[in-house]
Amino acid sequence: MAEKNVEKIESVVIRFAGDSGDGMQLMGDRFTSTSALVGNDLGTFPDFPAEIRAPAGSLAGVSAFQLQFSSKDIFTPGDQLDALVAMNPAALKMHIKDLKTGGILIVNKSNFTAKNLKMAGWESNPLEDDSLMDYMLYDIEISRLLANATEDMDITSKTVERSKNFFGLGLLYWMYGRPIEPTIEWLKKKFKKRPELIEANTRALKTGYNFGDITESFATQYEVGPAPFESGTYRNIVGNHAAGLGLLAAAQSSGLPLFFGGYPITPASDILHQLSHYRNYGVKTFQAEDEIAGVGSAIGASFTGNLSVTASSGPGICLKGEAIGLAVISELPLVVLNIQRAGPSTGMPTKTEQADFFLSMYGRNGESPVPILTPATPGDCFFIAYEACRIALKYMTPVFVLSDAFLANGSEPWIIPQLSDLQKIEVSFAEKEDGPYLPYERDEKSLARQWAVPGTAGLEHRIGGLEREHISGNVSYDPDNHDLMVKLRAQKVAGMIREIPPTEIYGDSTGELLIIGWGSTFGAIRTAVMSLRDDGKSVSQAHLKWLNPLPADLGEILLRFQTVLIPEVNSGQLIKLIRSEFLIDAIGLNIVRGEPYRKSQIIEKVEEIL
Amino acid sequence: MTDTSAATPLSRKDFVSDQDVRWCPGCGDYSILAQTQKTMPDLGVPKEKFVFVAGIGCSSRFPYYMNAFGFHTIHGRAPAIATGVKIANPDLSVWVITGDGDALSIGGNHLIHVLRRNVDINIVMFNNQIYGLTKGQYSPTSEFGKKTKSSPFGSLDRPFNPPSVALGAQSTFVARTIDSHTHHLQEMLKRVHEHKGTSFLEVYQNCNIFNDGAFAHLKDREVKDDNVLELKHGEPMIFGKEKNKGIRLNGFNPEMVKIGTGISADDLLVHDENNRNLAGLLANFTEDDSLPTPLGVIYSEDQPRYEELMIEQIEEAKKKLGEGDLQKLLAGTDTWEVA
Repeated sequence: MAEKNVEKIESVVIRFAGDSGDGMQLMGDRFTSTSALVGNDLGTFPDFPAEIRAPAGSLAGVSAFQLQFSSKDIFTPGDQLDALVAMNPAALKMHIKDLKTGGILIVNKSNFTAKNLKMAGWESNPLEDDSLMDYMLYDIEISRLLANATEDMDITSKTVERSKNFFGLGLLYWMYGRPIEPTIEWLKKKFKKRPELIEANTRALKTGYNFGDITESFATQYEVGPAPFESGTYRNIVGNHAAGLGLLAAAQSSGLPLFFGGYPITPASDILHQLSHYRNYGVKTFQAEDEIAGVGSAIGASFTGNLSVTASSGPGICLKGEAIGLAVISELPLVVLNIQRAGPSTGMPTKTEQADFFLSMYGRNGESPVPILTPATPGDCFFIAYEACRIALKYMTPVFVLSDAFLANGSEPWIIPQLSDLQKIEVSFAEKEDGPYLPYERDEKSLARQWAVPGTAGLEHRIGGLEREHISGNVSYDPDNHDLMVKLRAQKVAGMIREIPPTEIYGDSTGELLIIGWGSTFGAIRTAVMSLRDDGKSVSQAHLKWLNPLPADLGEILLRFQTVLIPEVNSGQLIKLIRSEFLIDAIGLNIVRGEPYRKSQIIEKVEEIL
Repeated sequence: MTDTSAATPLSRKDFVSDQDVRWCPGCGDYSILAQTQKTMPDLGVPKEKFVFVAGIGCSSRFPYYMNAFGFHTIHGRAPAIATGVKIANPDLSVWVITGDGDALSIGGNHLIHVLRRNVDINIVMFNNQIYGLTKGQYSPTSEFGKKTKSSPFGSLDRPFNPPSVALGAQSTFVARTIDSHTHHLQEMLKRVHEHKGTSFLEVYQNCNIFNDGAFAHLKDREVKDDNVLELKHGEPMIFGKEKNKGIRLNGFNPEMVKIGTGISADDLLVHDENNRNLAGLLANFTEDDSLPTPLGVIYSEDQPRYEELMIEQIEEAKKKLGEGDLQKLLAGTDTWEVA
């Protein structure tokens, strides 16, 4: 065995890319899980095509998974790649531009056939000319090696071919000094009923690992030590999954049954899938005939006293708009999760974007205010979903949660919250008192009306989409009453400002530049600000979790900085609100590529300003 | 849902709300409201368990006039909202009040899907073959060529046949009645209530402002008996002023025959509410001018209810997996400790 160097490094960014049938997401998932177990901090970014199965070998069919693992605190899946695994010419074509000069490039040489090269648009074989000379290229005939390694086994060549992602995984485990045992254990569980797959994939994993160990061309192993985590029990969590758990936690805390009405749409469907598994928690999921019926059923269940939720993405949220207006005027609790994706129209369904803020804020007829919350990281989706439920129930209102495809599918290590630490959600239903029930009588402080559910004797009442008379709830066309109701609905939402904790500022509390962000830009902004501050720049960060209403202290914070920069993955939406609310000349950063920001893009913009 | 323990018997006035009824004088809706208020006390359901859900249109103002839980929602969506109500609390008696435009045009998608799911709700569709609230445009049940405010040269739309739509959507209960036949209407409301599963009741309703007389041939004393076939389960299909007309099957086709001319009641079709093929034939009667319009229960079958199946799944899952432990669920399967 050759003597290998071990080099200690702080962080590594790798990306697995291959055909959508090549198991790249699975490979990423396993690498993530193993890296979590060795104690690294992590950020992941699955990036898959919208097509279910584009032709094998085509550019449209390339699926990728990126992750950063680190021995320090990190906030993103990283920018430029230290290592790229490209399983075919199309994957190489799509992703090589992101590999650092001198970066590690592992390709499956067996797939570099004339046909595949042509499909991917390579005029000549890049493995045979000098086009990859800037990288440390390892072109490996994975398919042939695996065929040899499994000669003694009674498995089909197709099964062998399909295990090649585990070869790649094994090789990277060796390269970055990770154990292979957890993956073998996982395979045993996953394929309990198909021992031949356990055998084939384990063999592939070991072959890949040993290949690194014994092959002279791999001279260096890299070591990324554990990150300095706060003590506790951790798991890795994906944003959508965290949101689903947050909803369930809110249902338990409030003591209400959870009703979820929805219609499948990328990238929100996973929430429907997940909740549909929770029948033993009493969760009622209803896959409706369309988006409108999804939210409609949720409103019906809300009228009947359930904690009701719907989730969708842009096109579906458009369809739900009228019904959300009904929830606004009938003042029923409803949580609407918008897992934003690139638009307009169908846009790019699997790609991320933040362009639905105005849709949430203003995308209904009439004066129709709703509170809007937004999570900053995948794990934060849990807390924001929980908080959205609490607000919906306390104020009898629909609440928007703006997540996006990046948060929804991305993951991070997550310290498992204790349910007992969450703010208890108190719910009280109206009870029969003397006199007629007045459905639009309000709590003096919160301005919430009472919740009187069908089945309660003596509380029979009628609500609906026509304007209501203050207190009595009868239909009213009175001009003064309408003016009052418009103002009351607005005041109710504005009053939620009392729920917003003081804005945290990362960095100095006054200075030259403040970067304000919301949603999934948190990690890129934080990473950029850390780096800029290391370079001595006067830059701070404030990240908003409430977009409507805005935090009470925001106006005063803005005045403490000479310049305010607002990066958004849209053409400038929050910035328009901030400019009009606070009359400051904020600067926008607006790159709308269907991709999360990179640290470098933010640094570049800051350097332009300062 | 039937609860006979209600302390004092309910009466019609228990279901009359304090709101002024604002339909046009002479509208057929008044009768439907009155028959509903008369029928509800006899259903054995405590008042607080009635929920009336409506969409948009003249008919959909109905919940305001019923002293019950009511939700006047948005155009066409009442079946979806009522589905949520029923799933959330299967113990409620849930009624959807809708019209031909609300149910079959803007809400067509929700209607067909609630029917196939067989959620136990009662859909009462007022069919006046016109848009009344928006003042007189043709509806999806208006006759071809109808001249209206939006079709001065005649409508180019072929109309829906509502019972056919319902049967095509796998409805488990389809019936028809008419606003002015008060006893029949009451009887149908009872049948709708008794049916477990989604019930679809079409009520021919006269809009005396924009489509007056649309059903005159079924209402006018002089002619109605010759034009209406009142369906009775297990009985031969006989109608006519003189009770001398009947329906016979000639090959695949129903035909009107005169009893006495060598034809006796034994030669006639016998109504069977549970026969889907027969229901299909009956639904098509209105498309053949030589046949009478059937009123009554066209079809009825027993199928599992969506909301009951869901509860069964929940119970089953609890039995199999145990009541969920959320703290455990939060941890998932792969955790690690940091000291």
